[in-house]
Amino acid sequence: MSKTYEQLGITDLHAYYGESHILHGIDLHINRGELVTLLGRNGSGRSTTLKSIMNMVGRRTGSIVINGNETIETAPHHIARLGVGFCPEERGIFSSLNVEENLLLPPTVRSGGMSLDEIYDMFPNLYERRKSVGTRLSGGEQQMLALARILRTGANMLLLDEITEGLAPVIVQKLAEVLTQLKEKGLTILLVEQSFRFAAPIADRHYLMEHGQIVEEVKKDELESKKDILNTYLGV
Amino acid sequence: MTMIFGVPAAAFFGQLLLGLINGAFYALLSLGLAIIFGLLKIINFAHGAQYMLGAFAAYLLLNYLGINYWAALFLAPLIVGTIGALIERYLLRRITHIDHIYGLLLTFGLALIIQGLFTNLFGVSGNRYPVPSELSGGINLGFMFMPYYRGWIVAIAVVVCIAVWFLIEKTKLGGYLRAGTENPALMQAFGINVPLLVTLTYGFGVALAAFAGVLAAPIYSVAPGMGANLLIVVFAVVVIGGMGSIMGAIVTGLAMGIVEGLTKVYYPEASNTVIFLVMILVLLLRPAGLFGKEA
Ligand SMILES: Nc1ncnc2c1ncn2[C@@H]1O[C@H](COP(=O)(O)OP(=O)(O)OP(=O)(O)O)[C@@H](O)[C@H]1O
Ligand SMILES: [Mg+2]
Repeated sequence: MSKTYEQLGITDLHAYYGESHILHGIDLHINRGELVTLLGRNGSGRSTTLKSIMNMVGRRTGSIVINGNETIETAPHHIARLGVGFCPEERGIFSSLNVEENLLLPPTVRSGGMSLDEIYDMFPNLYERRKSVGTRLSGGEQQMLALARILRTGANMLLLDEITEGLAPVIVQKLAEVLTQLKEKGLTILLVEQSFRFAAPIADRHYLMEHGQIVEEVKKDELESKKDILNTYLGV
Repeated sequence: MTMIFGVPAAAFFGQLLLGLINGAFYALLSLGLAIIFGLLKIINFAHGAQYMLGAFAAYLLLNYLGINYWAALFLAPLIVGTIGALIERYLLRRITHIDHIYGLLLTFGLALIIQGLFTNLFGVSGNRYPVPSELSGGINLGFMFMPYYRGWIVAIAVVVCIAVWFLIEKTKLGGYLRAGTENPALMQAFGINVPLLVTLTYGFGVALAAFAGVLAAPIYSVAPGMGANLLIVVFAVVVIGGMGSIMGAIVTGLAMGIVEGLTKVYYPEASNTVIFLVMILVLLLRPAGLFGKEA
């Protein structure tokens, strides 16, 4: 496995919801094992970018290559099978399933996923509440569940949408530790974040989005020198 | 003679059994409707026609191919369910992205076409289907005489309903169905072939209707209009139970059959309308239905 294997390559991606043209030519590249964030203000098109990768938007054009496969014409249910795990902004915990059923729901897409025991070790709360209805969990527990659910499948690229939104600092801290562990395991992560303070210490690179376009790319070691640009687009 | 609330026991239990039989059909049919509605969000107006197709499939299998009742019990649902799956794949799927009311219209149109076609081919009058020889005759229970075939209908309908409930509520496949009912887009993002799931689910709901049709063939006459009349009552049952609950559909179906049967004993004039009266009451007091989730 070479260090520069490109796991996700997006070129000139346009996305539409009905008549609204939301993404205007996105270019984005992630190598295997990288943790990359998409930063931007509300409505800048970050969730739409993730959903476009999953083919969950109305229409998309351009090119999205995942693990060497062009997927612009691929049906949504085949995308996960390329090793992609998606954690949506609204978490998507199923109220008709209990915690354990929620965990076991997504089919295995590759070998090497975490076992149920490993997941319960990582998230002891989920073990305690495994027989509870999924949506009866606290916000933090639901977020853990939404994340844990895709770790079981063996996906080696995770698309995570605002996983820290509205959570207590101690849980945010826990999530940062989990992401660091996953990165050490070699997983590729594309993280949509509102909180720059959460993203800065753990990410290798950042893409800044505005009005459905990527306006800047900032590497970890450029955080100081590009402080002004970050300020302009994020107000950090 | 033993009396129950002023009515001879034999009459009481006789009507109770008739009520249970009707209830068995209500339960099987509203179960199929609930499953289809859950995932496809359409009210399957062709359900009565598909029930009729099940009865006709059994009738045709017997008269043209010599295939007996027991085999028809499996084959007819399989054949009619496959037709259902094709209807979903080639007709309903085309209109999933527009208002679900079009699904209702499409299935309503299909029902009229299927019934018209069968009326042309076989006439309006019914055809007789014999009770399987293994189940002919009956037994005197002391308080009433019970034909074996009628007992069989109630027993097998309850067994099938519970099996379907188990399949949906307790198995992995059922978990896909429940989750797909809630959030099909996310299921698809997890790698589950939701369009296929939808096709199979519709086919399964239709197969349940056809199964009920085969059960009905020996006791009702096999006629093109047999499903249309029944479906109206079944819709009332569904409104009473509330959409979206599997157990609700089963329990309400059986209960409404019994209510109807007992009304026949104590106030026969109201027996044809009692379910609709219950429906009005439920709509007034609990619009989402007895087992439905309040919006
Ligand atoms: N289903 C939809 N139909 C039509 N327009 C949509 C839809 N979803 C999002 N949009 C629009 O697309 C634009 C980008 O939305 P998106 O959800 O990608 O933003 P975001 O960067 O994730 O911001 P946030 O999650 O903080 O709101 C917004 O203008 C939004 O109004
Ligand atoms: Mg978003």
